[in-house]
Amino acid sequence: MKRLLAGVVAFIAVSGALGAVVGTSGAQISANAAVETAAGARSGYTYMGPETQALQDDDFANPGMLWVDEGQKLWSQPAGVKGLSCQSCHGDAKTSMRTVATRYPAFSPQLGRMINLEQQINYSRTAHQGADAYPYESEELLALTAYISHQAKGLPMNVAIDGPAAQDFARGKAFFYQRRGQLNLACNNCHEQHAGDHLRAESISQGQVNGFPIYRELWQAMGSLDRMFAWCNTAVRAEPYAAGSQEYVDLELYERWRGRGLLIESPAVRR
Amino acid sequence: MPNTRIKVPETAKAGDIVEIRAVIQHPMENGFNVDSQGTTIPVEIITDFVCEYDGGEVFRVKLEPGLSANPYFSFFLKATKTGPVDFHWLDQNGSKTDASVTLTVT
Repeated sequence: MKRLLAGVVAFIAVSGALGAVVGTSGAQISANAAVETAAGARSGYTYMGPETQALQDDDFANPGMLWVDEGQKLWSQPAGVKGLSCQSCHGDAKTSMRTVATRYPAFSPQLGRMINLEQQINYSRTAHQGADAYPYESEELLALTAYISHQAKGLPMNVAIDGPAAQDFARGKAFFYQRRGQLNLACNNCHEQHAGDHLRAESISQGQVNGFPIYRELWQAMGSLDRMFAWCNTAVRAEPYAAGSQEYVDLELYERWRGRGLLIESPAVRR
Repeated sequence: MPNTRIKVPETAKAGDIVEIRAVIQHPMENGFNVDSQGTTIPVEIITDFVCEYDGGEVFRVKLEPGLSANPYFSFFLKATKTGPVDFHWLDQNGSKTDASVTLTVT
C-alpha cells in the first residue's frame, strides 16, 4: 500500500511539473522574444522586505551607488605605464559597456579559459594599461565591476553556454548539485527545493545572481559574487574556494544561465 | 577623502521648504567586529555631521558607534537666499570631509 501511494504521489509530481513547463514557456517567449526567461526564475529582489527594496530602488540612497560613483571616476583615470584609462580605448561606458555584464562569464581567447567580469577588468589592466591587477574584493575592483554592471541595468542576463563554455557549464552545474561541508548541503537543497521557505527568520531566495556586485546589509559593504559564494560555502561549513577560482567562475556561469532572462539590477541591495 | 553624495534642488522659490540629502562612504566600525585573525577592529567612526546655509548652522548630528555604515541623512531646509549649502563631516581622528552645493533662490 505504501508503495502504491508513493507511486501515485510521484505521478502527480511529474505531471504537475510538465504542466508548469508547458504552461509558462509559451507566455514567456511572447513577453521577451530576445531572451527566454528561465521558467519560474525570480530575482532575489522579490524576496526582500519593502524597506530593502525601497533602498535599492532609490538611486540616491542606494549605498551601492557610492561604489558606482567611484567606478565612474576610475573609468577615466589613467593607470599604468602606458598612461591609458579605460575610457582611452572604450570611450563612454554608457554605450560601450551597455551589454557587457549580460554576457559574462565569457570565453577569453587571449587567456584560453572562461573568465568573469572582474578577471576581464584585470586582464585589460595588465595587458593594455600596463598596470597591476587589482586584488579581489579591493574597493577599486568592486567599484569598476559595479560601474560596468550598472550600465547593463534593466537588460536580461544572457550568457553563452555552448562551444568553449560547454565544459565549464557542466562543471558549474555539477558544483551546484554537489553536496558539501559538514552540513552536507548542495546549493540546490536550499535554493531550489526550499526557495520561498524560511530558515529561522530569513526567507530563502532562489540564489539568483542578477544583482551582483551587491551591497549587502550584513557586510555593511559592497561584495562580489565570489564573496557571496564563499559566504554560502562557509555557511554550510565547507572550505570556501578562493575568490576568482575557476570553480567559482564555472558556478557563476551556471548560475547566470539558470537565471537567464532576469534583468540585471546592479548594484542591488540585499540583507 | 571618502566619497560623498549630495542632493540639493538646483533652484527654489524664496520661502520654499526643500529636501536635502547627504551620504558619505564610511565603514563606521563599531568596535565589536573582528578581522580574519580574530583581532578586534578598533572603533572608527564619523563623529559629527554639520550643514550650514545662509550664514548659519541649519543641521547638526552627533554620530555614535551604533550607526550603520555609509550614514545617510535627509532633512528639510527653508530656502531664503541664493548661496552655498555647505556640508562637513568630522571623523574621530579630526579629519574633515567637505562638500558644497549652490542653491539658487528665485
